[in-house]
Amino acid sequence: MSQFLTLAVNSISYGGLLFLLSAGFSLIFGLMRIPNLMHGSFFMLGAYFGVTFLARGMNFWLAALVSAVAMGAIGALIERFLLRRLAGQELAQVLLTLGLSFVVADLCLMVWTGDPWQPATPSGLTGAMVVSGLFFPIFRLVVVLVAVAIAIALWLLVDWTRLGAMIRAGVDDAPIARVVGIKVSQLFTLIFALGAGLAAFGGVMGAPILSVYPGLDGEMLPVALIVVILGGTGSLLGALVGSFVIGFLYNFGQAWFPDLAYVILFLPMVLVLVVRPQGLFGKVVP
Amino acid sequence: MTAAQAKLGALAVALLLLVTLPWWVGGTYYINIASQILLYAVFALALNVLVGYGGLVSLGHAGLFAIAGYAAALMLENGYGHLEANVSGLLVVIVASAVFAVLALRATGIGFLMITLALGQIVWGLAYRWAGLTHGDNGVNVSGRPMPFGISLSSATSFYFATLVVFLVSLGAMMLFVRSPFGASLRGTRDQPRRMNALGYNVWLIRFLAFLFSGFWSGVAGLLFIYYNAFISPQVSQLQSSAEALLMVISGGTATLLGPIVGAAIVVIMKNVVSAYVERWNMALGIIFVLIITFMPEGLVPGSVRLWKLAWSSWRRRAPATAPAEERAS
Repeated sequence: MSQFLTLAVNSISYGGLLFLLSAGFSLIFGLMRIPNLMHGSFFMLGAYFGVTFLARGMNFWLAALVSAVAMGAIGALIERFLLRRLAGQELAQVLLTLGLSFVVADLCLMVWTGDPWQPATPSGLTGAMVVSGLFFPIFRLVVVLVAVAIAIALWLLVDWTRLGAMIRAGVDDAPIARVVGIKVSQLFTLIFALGAGLAAFGGVMGAPILSVYPGLDGEMLPVALIVVILGGTGSLLGALVGSFVIGFLYNFGQAWFPDLAYVILFLPMVLVLVVRPQGLFGKVVP
Repeated sequence: MTAAQAKLGALAVALLLLVTLPWWVGGTYYINIASQILLYAVFALALNVLVGYGGLVSLGHAGLFAIAGYAAALMLENGYGHLEANVSGLLVVIVASAVFAVLALRATGIGFLMITLALGQIVWGLAYRWAGLTHGDNGVNVSGRPMPFGISLSSATSFYFATLVVFLVSLGAMMLFVRSPFGASLRGTRDQPRRMNALGYNVWLIRFLAFLFSGFWSGVAGLLFIYYNAFISPQVSQLQSSAEALLMVISGGTATLLGPIVGAAIVVIMKNVVSAYVERWNMALGIIFVLIITFMPEGLVPGSVRLWKLAWSSWRRRAPATAPAEERAS
């Protein structure tokens, strides 16, 4: 029973991390139709930034925030100066982001070497909470809380603000949104920066749990893909539900079928594709 | 001389050069590189069926390449003969292609790409994590090459010729495929899927069969690969390998037969040259991607032609402008 609960807590916290990663991916894909294959690189690079700041003695939350802002700025530059030129050419965008992800991976290997970096759990959040004889690691609970808070903030942003209305208009029909005077291009840059920043933030949050190592980008990208295929592109609720489903599958699969854990991850995606190709919460694109 | 005759002549010269390559290229090292180029050309041609003619960009083909290789390598390891291993490798890759196709063809465009990417990662996950079957990161060793008709393929030259034969057969198959009504209908589904549907073609089935054809030849390339390297490891099925194959197709120019071959040659040569001087092949690969996309989005072969024409015409325009000036001077 206690093993089950431990796994469940791990699953939920991993799901929270996945949400930070895939929310941006889903928005970028939903709004801009850009399959951003460097999203895993944003996660990894952000995590590397974070551990570097932490190694210099910076506060954990400040490190996560600074890393997210830096990554957001990098994301905005990439969108503005490289991807914008390729608007509408999906294949070219795929190849460009893929090429950049290789460059980022190699740069990270050069700068941070091949050894894994695992920062200590931030002070004050170490240890575990004991509830009726069961141990819950505090940091993982905090990760979940932060992810849920960000999910709520994103939901408020998208569903209840003017900016959110413009984003939704852009997702539904970009040309018409332009016609009625919404600056879709600026929204694109904003969303791309937001997605990159969220991924970096997730990377720093995940660093004490997952550690940072070369190849992390390649491991996170397919997971983000599955989450988005599962939940439906452009849907925040889909990304949230998909993240937790995958979080549970990953941790329980890892514990019960270690050989096949990675494959089990993909089963729900296969199922959804066969039964409901637009994803659980996706809209049918005409 | 007509264009067709010129084309035929060029083809004959190319064939002659390929057949006599071991004698003029100088050294086993270069013969091996030539074998690699031909092997990857088979793979790139296979991928080009989907990318170029079908308009379906797959990022999971390294998975198919690896599945055939792993199936054959594991059969060989368990004591089966080369014939059984190769036949079952090809059967397995056809079944795997069918599964890939059924799932990936739920979508087209970017959806197709993302699903194939995820499927390719599943293959990687199996190869890497299912250590009981695949020995994980240690890979599978393949001892000995087959001896078709009693000819030993252990030397670099004989293996080169075997690869050349397979390459020519695959090229012939691709030529037939491109010119056949089926090839035309595949191009039709790429350009006008709805019209093709209205004309009574089963668009899904055409794409499905093209996927099988592409998967089959990817598997053939995978078999060549394990015999060339005598080894297969999860690295082969990585996203990077799929991306490299895609780079071959795109750098050479999609939807041409020559493009993928040129692309394979460029990538293999660059990989060997770059790796000899720097260990940063991945960065080079990424930068090449970015440069090609930014400056020659149509591929290196058509792109160079375009840039050459541009340079030529601007030079021509400058030439008459300078000529009158000289006249006046005299």
